[in-house]
Amino acid sequence: MPTLAHYLLVSGLLFSLGLAGVLLRRNILVIFMGLELMLNAANLSLVSFSRFNLMEGLPNYNAQVFVFFIITVAAAEVAVGLAIIVALFRAKQTIHVEDLDTLKF
Amino acid sequence: MSTVTAPWIILFTPLAAAVIILFVGRLSKPLSAGLAIAAAATGCVLSWWLYFQPPGPESLQFYWLDFGDAFRVPIGVTIDHLAKVMLIVVTTIATLVFTYSIGYMRTEEGYWRYFAGLALFLFSMLGIVLADNFLMMFIFWELVGVSSYILIGHYFSKDSAADASKQAFIVNRIGDFGFLLGILFFWAATGSVVFADIEKSIPLFAGFPIFLTVAAVLVFCGTVGKSAQLPLHVWLPNSMEGPTPVSSLLHAATMVAAGVYMLARIFPILEAAPMARDVIAWVGGFTCFAAALMATQQDDIKRILAYSTISQLGYMVLGVAVSPSWNEPMFHLFTHAAFKCLLFLCAGSVIVGMHHEQNIWKMGALKNKMPFTFLATCAGALALAGCPLTSGYYSKDLIIAWAVTEKPFLGWLAVATAGLTAFYTFRLLFVVFLGRPRDEHAKSAHESPLIMLIPLACLAVPSLIAGLLVTKGGWFFQIEEPEHVPHILHYVLWALFAAGVGGAWLLYRNAAKDPVSIPAFANRLYIDNVYNWFVKNIQDGGAAVLSWADRWVVDLLIVQVPSKLTWTCGFALRFLQLGNIQAYAFFFGIGVVGLLYFLLSK
Repeated sequence: MPTLAHYLLVSGLLFSLGLAGVLLRRNILVIFMGLELMLNAANLSLVSFSRFNLMEGLPNYNAQVFVFFIITVAAAEVAVGLAIIVALFRAKQTIHVEDLDTLKF
Repeated sequence: MSTVTAPWIILFTPLAAAVIILFVGRLSKPLSAGLAIAAAATGCVLSWWLYFQPPGPESLQFYWLDFGDAFRVPIGVTIDHLAKVMLIVVTTIATLVFTYSIGYMRTEEGYWRYFAGLALFLFSMLGIVLADNFLMMFIFWELVGVSSYILIGHYFSKDSAADASKQAFIVNRIGDFGFLLGILFFWAATGSVVFADIEKSIPLFAGFPIFLTVAAVLVFCGTVGKSAQLPLHVWLPNSMEGPTPVSSLLHAATMVAAGVYMLARIFPILEAAPMARDVIAWVGGFTCFAAALMATQQDDIKRILAYSTISQLGYMVLGVAVSPSWNEPMFHLFTHAAFKCLLFLCAGSVIVGMHHEQNIWKMGALKNKMPFTFLATCAGALALAGCPLTSGYYSKDLIIAWAVTEKPFLGWLAVATAGLTAFYTFRLLFVVFLGRPRDEHAKSAHESPLIMLIPLACLAVPSLIAGLLVTKGGWFFQIEEPEHVPHILHYVLWALFAAGVGGAWLLYRNAAKDPVSIPAFANRLYIDNVYNWFVKNIQDGGAAVLSWADRWVVDLLIVQVPSKLTWTCGFALRFLQLGNIQAYAFFFGIGVVGLLYFLLSK
């Protein structure tokens, strides 16, 4: 029987993987995927807290509703983010973040 | 129309005219001149009308600034007898001078600017005349300073004119500093700046008369500056750089008269401060004598008249100190306004006729070329020199008589000045109008146009008869003759008049150049040199120290150092701008971890 700690462990692993992706990978699409991974890690911990925090025998649904919102907003964010990446690629012919340092002093 | 609204109309019409001329004056010359003259004439007509009205409420006021009981600044007008007479003098002289200006300025540049300045000048002077409290008087006092600055510097492209206007302004500022301090003294002692209130509170000073004396002397500093008394007289001769009608207005009705008028206005206060009146008497007496000495050796026609103005103002200031009421000095101010305005307008006419030559030693024999100006100048000169039966004779001799009775030394100094006055006045007259022409311009001189001659005629009449009207007819002033005058006094004065005129006749009738040379008088007793030395060596030294402090302490230490420090910090921080998004994300992560640690470790 998995406990809250197991879920949180998975969630933490997912978050760390996402963060590592964001910090270490050079392809902006992969960085973007890492971001989504971090979002979903957060979702997972929210859902597990909801599931294990029983009040009068019922889970607290507030967190689950919250997760739906996050998924919705994340979908919108993906649409916008991918559009930006496409525009960026058209402008610069690259999606490697090392080549995108125009604001450097 | 009532006596309540009339003063406000008189006061603000010139201001309105000045503003309108400023906006539309460029469009047409006759329009700007017309507006200014219309404003002056309105004031003139209303002033005469007001004079013949029965005495109404003497003062009307409302509170302009109200800081509770401690300090209220009223704006109000007084329309007592003194103000009514002065209104007549100012507006009448102004109307004539404005009219004359049409002729004098017709070929000059800055026509509309000139008339706007004149109207503003008139407004400021009327403000002083009508003011019923020190603060309002001070405001208009400064406005007179500003407008005189504008007018003296009319030919501002000429260095000497620009310097003269600056000097007039700065020298007046020195006197005004004392004036302002005096006002503060009076306010501190009585809690009011209104003349009538201060007069009522004079008993407050009974236990501490030195306070009243100091306050009165400080206020008198304002007069010393504005009425060009020693030692602040230097600006007045230099102000001759302005157009001649401006000099005329400045010397007759506005500006220099303001100082004497102010003393007349606070006469009841001065009466309570005999020591202050002593100071005033000595300053006035010495000014009148010293300026007459300087006048005898000047070569510029306008400068001679300028020094004579200083001398005559000295008489008035002396008169304030020795007369039993304000009537006697104001009587001299009144007659002096007429004949000095006349003399300046004559000088203007001569200058125009001579194609802007002002040195009297290049003129000569102008009586044939400019007969009308010659006659008018004769009238003015007789009045100024105190020829019996002319206006100057009555008013000046009255002051001299009082001075001899009250302060014998200063009185006899004033008597000697009367002789000098006759001498330098007729020196001017003989050199300019008699003898032989000394220059090509003098041979081709021509009489001035009619519009310049009409004001001369209008002024010549009061110059000759105003004294009779006042003393015998009882017009305008209730003058009082001293009782115990030495019998010899009037004979001495007649003899000195004759001696002055005779001396001038003998020396200057046919002189080709000045037969007398007294460098000390020609160089104005070296007072200007002393001031130059002072400014050059002492004031400039102080200015250099302050300039050093400004440059190195204020500019460098207080302004430059913090600015450079901020810039350097910013420059160092710029190197964190890597342009790499992952580095930013990393910094962000570090920041979050740090923040969490900071929050959770407690």
